[in-house]
Amino acid sequence: MDITFQFDWQAAFASIPYLLKGIPYTLLISFVGLAIGFVIGIIFGLLRISPAFWLRWPAIAYIEIFRGTPVLVQVLFIFYGLPQLLGGPIDAITAGIAAIAVNSGAYISEVVRGGVQSIARGQREAGLSLGLSRVKTFRYVIWPQAFRRMIPALGNQGIISIKDTSLFAVIGVGELVRQGQIYIATTFRALEVYLMVALLYLVITLTLSLALRMLERKGLVGQ
Amino acid sequence: MKRTDTMKTNSTAKPIVRMEKLNKHFGPLHVLKDVDLAVIPGEVVVIIGASGSGKSTLIRCINGLEEFQQGYLDVDGKVLKPHGKASQALQEIRTEVGMVFQQFNLFPHLSVLENVTLAPRKVRQASREEAMNTAHRLLERVGIADQASKYPAQLSGGQQQRVALARALAMEPRLMLFDEPTSALDPEMIGEVLDAMRELARDGMTMVIVTHEMNFAREVADRVIYIHQGEIIEQGTPDEVFDNPQNERTQSFLSRVLTH
Ligand SMILES: Nc1ncnc2c1ncn2[C@@H]1O[C@H](COP(=O)(O)OP(=O)(O)OP(=O)(O)O)[C@@H](O)[C@H]1O
Ligand SMILES: [Mg+2]
Repeated sequence: MDITFQFDWQAAFASIPYLLKGIPYTLLISFVGLAIGFVIGIIFGLLRISPAFWLRWPAIAYIEIFRGTPVLVQVLFIFYGLPQLLGGPIDAITAGIAAIAVNSGAYISEVVRGGVQSIARGQREAGLSLGLSRVKTFRYVIWPQAFRRMIPALGNQGIISIKDTSLFAVIGVGELVRQGQIYIATTFRALEVYLMVALLYLVITLTLSLALRMLERKGLVGQ
Repeated sequence: MKRTDTMKTNSTAKPIVRMEKLNKHFGPLHVLKDVDLAVIPGEVVVIIGASGSGKSTLIRCINGLEEFQQGYLDVDGKVLKPHGKASQALQEIRTEVGMVFQQFNLFPHLSVLENVTLAPRKVRQASREEAMNTAHRLLERVGIADQASKYPAQLSGGQQQRVALARALAMEPRLMLFDEPTSALDPEMIGEVLDAMRELARDGMTMVIVTHEMNFAREVADRVIYIHQGEIIEQGTPDEVFDNPQNERTQSFLSRVLTH
């Protein structure tokens, strides 16, 4: 047995074109899921701070349930469980997007709540005293300031959700990890291939980090 | 401003603010007790009183930033109901009543010009050009025309408060409320804000001002109101209240604030 293990660079590089086929799925699920999660987050984050109890409690329930259970369980529930209720199968990609959406939505709700609540009360009062309606005060005064403060936390959530899509290999989504697994099954180069998989995740997440940092810097100009 | 304006001495002039037996509680705390207040157009009313006496709460009721529990309140004929939630009357009142806060409350994400044009554009649907012209005129009037493109954080406290004044004036209010507009300012900046307010009073603006600046109050007020633990216990011309207070609580309050 050869104990001087040779890292096979050639095998590593050779896997890349194959792995790249998974990237569109990783990105599709991440970005569509996060976009929906952002909308959910705005809606439930605001419901969460509503003074009306009957608006607030469904938001609290939603947040606690989807923050308190693993994404993996959520996607298994959606992919295998929901079809029993709906009477028809759910496409794996749709299930993945839905899982990212409801999971990130719960976290983003809390980010939105924190962001909005961090804006001093005087800002709202100034908007209202100028005759802006509550909605316009929110839209032009509170939200732009809150959003800027939310950017770092939103970036974190984006990165977490991108990585979470790797779990969807288990339901057969042809994303990055799944492509890696298939490739390893024929080449047996687990070390090289998983290293390349990890690097590709890093490329995606670092690009996002960088973009967010630029966005943040731009946002700071007006402060 | 003290003027021999017939409108103000004419007791039949229709008040712009009419408050009758207004009561306000914060939970168990009875903050305003049967407050009666009528403000006539053009009048400058200064409210004085110790910390916690309810001065802020009183003027914040006028534009509905605080709700009250019992009593009657109308502003320019629009009635604000007790426990008032958002209503058409409230909305109309807020477009006609400007307010300047102790902490300025400028919008930090908007430039000076944008701070001043926001409400005219979004509430009055003024065109961009129209709003900008008004803003420049008002910034000129409060002496900060050259700062229009800066952001609030780049201005001194006195400049920020003058922007806040211009921002409120841009809505062409019929009444201006001031809640300790100079209390958060360094001493050397108080004068510039008071000057801008003086000029506004001279131009005939109806003003209700909470302040600890007694010299300023004496100079601009048509009427001074002393409030003690949520009750108006004395009011009159500045000469009456400052030089010859009738109530012993007013006397002791004034002796504390005037002797330095
Ligand atoms: N949001 C609130 N909740 C509970 N109590 C409040 C609230 N706002 C004010 N109060 C209380 O109501 C009373 C009147 O407060 P208010 O702010 O009107 O006093 P003030 O005369 O403006 O005092 P200051 O000169 O310190 O500004 C105080 O006892 C205060 O603690
Ligand atoms: Mg106060």
